[in-house]
Amino acid sequence: MALTLTHYLVLSFILFLVGMAGVLLRRNIIIVLMSLELIFNSVNISLAAFSYFLQNLNGTIFVVFNITIAAAEAAIGLAILVAVYRRRQTVNVDELDEMRG
Amino acid sequence: MPAGLNINLYAVMPEILVTALALLVLILDFFIRKNKAALGWVSIVGLLCILPVAAYTNEPYPVFGGTVVADSFSAFFNVIFIIAAIFTILISMDYLKKIGVDRGEYYHIILFATVGMMVMGAANDLINVYVGLELMALSFYILVAYRVTSSRSVEGALKYFVLGALSSGILLYGMSFAYGAAGSTNFMEIAGELGKGDNTFLTLGIILMAVGFGFKIAAVPFHLWAPDVYEGAPTPVTALLSVGSKAAAFAAFLRVFTAAFPAFQADWSSMLWLVSAATMIFGAVVAISQKNIVRMLAYSSIAHAGIIMIGLLVFNDTGLSGVAYYLLVYAFMNMGAFTIVALFRNKGKFENIDEYRGLASTRPLLAFLMALFLLSLAGIPPTGGFAAKFFVLSAAIDAKYYWLASIGVVSTAISLFFYAKVIFYMYMRDPEVGAETAPSSGVIYNIVLFCTATGTVLLGVYPAPFIDMAIKAVRPLLM
Repeated sequence: MALTLTHYLVLSFILFLVGMAGVLLRRNIIIVLMSLELIFNSVNISLAAFSYFLQNLNGTIFVVFNITIAAAEAAIGLAILVAVYRRRQTVNVDELDEMRG
Repeated sequence: MPAGLNINLYAVMPEILVTALALLVLILDFFIRKNKAALGWVSIVGLLCILPVAAYTNEPYPVFGGTVVADSFSAFFNVIFIIAAIFTILISMDYLKKIGVDRGEYYHIILFATVGMMVMGAANDLINVYVGLELMALSFYILVAYRVTSSRSVEGALKYFVLGALSSGILLYGMSFAYGAAGSTNFMEIAGELGKGDNTFLTLGIILMAVGFGFKIAAVPFHLWAPDVYEGAPTPVTALLSVGSKAAAFAAFLRVFTAAFPAFQADWSSMLWLVSAATMIFGAVVAISQKNIVRMLAYSSIAHAGIIMIGLLVFNDTGLSGVAYYLLVYAFMNMGAFTIVALFRNKGKFENIDEYRGLASTRPLLAFLMALFLLSLAGIPPTGGFAAKFFVLSAAIDAKYYWLASIGVVSTAISLFFYAKVIFYMYMRDPEVGAETAPSSGVIYNIVLFCTATGTVLLGVYPAPFIDMAIKAVRPLLM
């Protein structure tokens, strides 16, 4: 069976949903950060698949930019996480409620 | 569209110069050991020199293979960003000493956030929009967390980071669909592909991108981060966040939706209608019950975002130039209000609105200026806020958006209530006995307050030349 664009898009959609659910449902910030990475990578799959099946390079270039930005984003996210942990001694989202939104 | 690369460095000169300035500040940081405020002055002098370059850079043709367009629209927004950055740095120098994190890289990161905003305003390609947006957002994550010793600051930063990264992911997913449907990331090529064949992917892409931008402009229901982040961040950062980040997101929003998806105007406008109405009403109603002044201003900025969205919905030259003009006025009046808040707020003092009681007798000039900025935010003539609201709402009525215009008027009327509450405390109540007196303003604060107050009043009493500028700015979008 040949893999078609639809297969890749379904894979990307499932990964996106898993990441989304992780961000919204999990209480541990480290898991939330991992889920965010999952969202970015699901988009990369979709972009790379479109790029391949459209025979157009823009999508591939976009993926390279995304990977770079996601790396920077992870670095900043972990730095903020460390700062939060030093102040609060917790990585649980529910305990970060000093300000009520 | 020219097929060649057409590399024209002059078109991106403002971005290049601000980047160079940011790097210069980073290098000087190693040599200036004691007085980090000197770096702030270097940044301000540099930005003042770049301001005319940014205002006059005008190359209406897309360059760099069609990815960047430095037209009058991006020049107009570049001026807003640079002015906002200058005011922010001016009020930061004193504020950083006050909170005890007087470090050099702060100015460097503010300048990089400004570059990110400028890239967003000039982007003509999905990749560019995204890179600019992330440059701005990543800088703001750091800036919000800058007061690392404060648990509120880091809590706000973490909330901003998680929700911001989530919204970037959604925006990116939308961009990937738009790319997949159109086969290009370039706005003009996407617009050229519209209407050919099946548009399901494109519609999905538009919805997801609207969600991503809606988060950045803090539109309901994607506003949840705003009050916490505004409260936790250092106050000058809050000012830049509410003015610069919002203007940049609107600039990119306008550019994407007018350049890439004009044929879908009917579809996205019915979606944005609801968002705009909900944002106006929700922001104004919730602001009433806020006791903390920064949270009140946060909800007020949400309500303002709703009104600015009306201009985007109207989608003709008056509506879009209304957006540009509103954001210019908003930069002055909101920056002014936050300057006074930054001056007073210190170690848990002057957090709540009732601590402003009796300010008119202890600090009459500051109370008067605060009242001026708040009345302008409420839209009372003869201030800039009135001219901007009038401009946007009359554009809505001309375009037969009667319901939306009525909701805008209702939201303005509600918002008058909570702005007037602060003025009431300042003028009608006596200062509490034994309460801490408000600090007096130094020379730097006076300069910022003078400039923002002048801008607020001038844009209200003599708006004609600025409205002309705004109309000229949006002309490239409607061609």
